[in-house]
Amino acid sequence: MIQTTAFSLLGLGSLFGFFFLILILVWIIKQGAPAISWEFLTSKPLDMDRAGGIAPMILGSVYLTLGSLLVALPFALGSAIWLSEYAWKGWWVRAIRIGVNTLAGVPSIVFGLVGVGLFVVALNFGVSLLSGACTLAMLSLPILIRASEEALRAVPRSFREGSLALGATRWTMIRTVVLPTAMPGILTGSVLSMARAIGETAPIWFTAVAFSMNQPYPTSMLSRVTALPTHLLYLTQYNPHYNETKPIQYGTVFVLMIVVTLLNLTAIVWRTRVRRKKSW
Amino acid sequence: MVERTQAHDSDTSVAEGTERDVNSARDWVKRQFYGETIIDIKNLDFFYSKNQVLRDVTLGIPKDGVTAIMGPSGCGKSTLLRTLNRMYEVVPGARATGEIRFEGENLLKTDPVVLRHKIGMVFQRPNPFPKSIFDNIAYGPRIHGLRNRRQLATIVEDALRRAALWDEVKDRLKDSAFSLSGGQQQRLCIARALAVSPQILLMDEPCSALDPKASDRIEHTARELAEELTVIIVTHNLQQAGRVSDNVAVLLAGGELAEFGPTRSVFEDPEDERVADYLRGRFG
Repeated sequence: MIQTTAFSLLGLGSLFGFFFLILILVWIIKQGAPAISWEFLTSKPLDMDRAGGIAPMILGSVYLTLGSLLVALPFALGSAIWLSEYAWKGWWVRAIRIGVNTLAGVPSIVFGLVGVGLFVVALNFGVSLLSGACTLAMLSLPILIRASEEALRAVPRSFREGSLALGATRWTMIRTVVLPTAMPGILTGSVLSMARAIGETAPIWFTAVAFSMNQPYPTSMLSRVTALPTHLLYLTQYNPHYNETKPIQYGTVFVLMIVVTLLNLTAIVWRTRVRRKKSW
Repeated sequence: MVERTQAHDSDTSVAEGTERDVNSARDWVKRQFYGETIIDIKNLDFFYSKNQVLRDVTLGIPKDGVTAIMGPSGCGKSTLLRTLNRMYEVVPGARATGEIRFEGENLLKTDPVVLRHKIGMVFQRPNPFPKSIFDNIAYGPRIHGLRNRRQLATIVEDALRRAALWDEVKDRLKDSAFSLSGGQQQRLCIARALAVSPQILLMDEPCSALDPKASDRIEHTARELAEELTVIIVTHNLQQAGRVSDNVAVLLAGGELAEFGPTRSVFEDPEDERVADYLRGRFG
């Protein structure tokens, strides 16, 4: 009797998470879907954001996320290769691992502030696409490093031995056998880190975002941009026409949700396909 | 053959009685049996961290024919094979001391990358790369800098023919290597090793993961290859050693080399009592 009650309660608890997901989805689809039109996706905001679309924000989000990947991936790959292929066990390696894991737990607003200090001011990139991408890159690093390291470690020892036995140097072996074999896993990790980065607000709020746009489409690495999450924050907190912009707010959230879901789905499909294909 | 007669002429004054002369006389007799040696192992000790795996192994491996390395499991026969191309170095804490002379140098002190170019290896389990059949074979020549497509194609065909796989795969060189059967994969790995033209081919229990029919073909291939290069094969299967090898080295538990000689004479009339026991246990 007690057991049945306990199990029912636990089951109810687990349903809770699912319930919230459904609630969020239904709410956003119901409110956001009507705002979506071709015009909404392809034109820039008009009339103090009360009309028009969110094309510059979509584009800004895409630029920022791709940019962050471009900046972070070389560093992440480098450290993952070093951690999995070269580094022997020791306090130094352990310290680096702990560091990477801690980086993953740092609140994103802290990244934002470091980004202002480092990229905007010290390196003099200004408030720009470049600064925002670099800040997001810092945030993506731990996810990327961990995903890449796991993918590299999953390459069987027999492949490595086969390559070395043919007279490959360690680096040749990594370049010609280990990396190509690990690549699908690394790409999956990259997509997941993009899904994470595209939803971030705080890291780009001070480093990349422009509020009023004379030139809403970014023209260079050093122009200011707007992104989907920051646009939403702006509409809800700073725009004087709160009620009139409501449909656009929900439309923005809807688009953001769709993009994040698509990225995650891509990663999942990719991963299952790779797992099925792999035959060692 | 000419060489051997010359050796005979110059060594006629040997039997003087001193220990040194006895040794050189023994060397002379061995040369009559085995011909030229390609690798001379002298006083080889091997350790994994503090654990000694090989003890004072001294062995000259003949250039001609197939040499089998046998022994009970855990006696260090795979380790002995892996010292010959320094593949033991992938295990942290592994250490070899002593001397292994190859081409006039101690191979324990040379560049392993150059060495592995000359001494190829086939592993216990087939380990093709997740690439096409063609790219697997072309891998070795490519990492050594060959880019010319026609030359690569020639090398690939030649290697596949020598590994007796060409007829089965010539129409699907672009297919994944994993589409092949286990036995075919192992022959692919042999071909991959042959593509860098090694002088010696090491085979580490190459049939242990294969069915009898596939094993048969690998043995046959090993015999044929022995016509052109030195084959050293580790096996725990006596029948296989009997079929495939000309000479056999028997290691005993503890990593001690107990006997080395022509396969037939070792099998029929072992000098060492412990080897006789081992062989009896295995046969009977």
